[in-house]
Amino acid sequence: MQIQLNGEMTALDGDVTIHDLIESLGLAGRRIAVEVNEEIVPRSQHGDTRLADGDCVEIVHAIGGG
Amino acid sequence: MSELFQDRPLNVAGRQFTSRLLVGTGKYKDFDETARAVEASGAEIVTFAVRRTNLGQDESEPNLLDVISPERYTLLPNTAGCYTAKDAVRTCKLARELLDGHKLVKLEVLGDTDTLYPNVVETLKAADELIRDGFDVMVYTSDDPIIAKELEKRGCCAVMPLGSLIGSGHGLQNPYNLRLIVEQAEVPVLVDAGIGTASDAAMAMELGYDAVLVNSAIAHARQPVLMAQAMRKAVEAGREAFLAGRMPRRQSAEPSSPFAGRING
Repeated sequence: MQIQLNGEMTALDGDVTIHDLIESLGLAGRRIAVEVNEEIVPRSQHGDTRLADGDCVEIVHAIGGG
Repeated sequence: MSELFQDRPLNVAGRQFTSRLLVGTGKYKDFDETARAVEASGAEIVTFAVRRTNLGQDESEPNLLDVISPERYTLLPNTAGCYTAKDAVRTCKLARELLDGHKLVKLEVLGDTDTLYPNVVETLKAADELIRDGFDVMVYTSDDPIIAKELEKRGCCAVMPLGSLIGSGHGLQNPYNLRLIVEQAEVPVLVDAGIGTASDAAMAMELGYDAVLVNSAIAHARQPVLMAQAMRKAVEAGREAFLAGRMPRRQSAEPSSPFAGRING
């Protein structure tokens, strides 16, 4: 299936949770926040939230700003 | 020697702060310089931005929050780069998730990319929605006193008019409007944007502002850490000068030394 990940079309294999996606990106344990289709997915639900074809996923972090 | 003056704390959304200087973390050379400048500024409230994670990054790459620890500082996520109420609200919700339920945010909704002037129509919309959702909103706005009051009435916990355009370093371009805003305010008011050097920060505090927020003036100084220290002193000096009350301005000179007893008298 294809998802849009931080604005880029990305192919994923099969049944993938947000937790799996974060692991595969090497972002496990980092301070990030995740939104799917413009709704926040709380950290506690990453393991239970399965991605579907066409989902729009945003993964953000803190950077310097004023 | 008289006792040292003890100011009352700055109170924002029920939290108390000793420092009246808030600093941003943008535009620094690296995280080490960011950390040293923030430290030198004495700031307790520190702003940051929320952006897409660089995918494929080195896992050991440091994160801003490793350097500016949420345990030590009160972090103030901003909505910089948002041009609609919708994007600003989304950004605040992401920040709340990022910081495990943190409610304090800096709302800024910009009008265009050339001036970064606040879009007050979208700002009002976003403020309403965020406040309904339980956020404590410190709001960046224009120096229009009517809008500033309106944002306060809608429940923003602090109102932050610009001194001049973001990143311009032009100081306080409209001190008359800034004074109108501070005179009517019933929540803390801060000058956000435009501070170019220490005297600008001192002037904002002398007008009676509760605090100032500075980023570029420190980060783009030739020596950011030294400028951070200068800003800290300027904010303290300006605050004390405001509380002390300036002397009246006079049209004519008045000697400081007594007239009587002059040798040529």
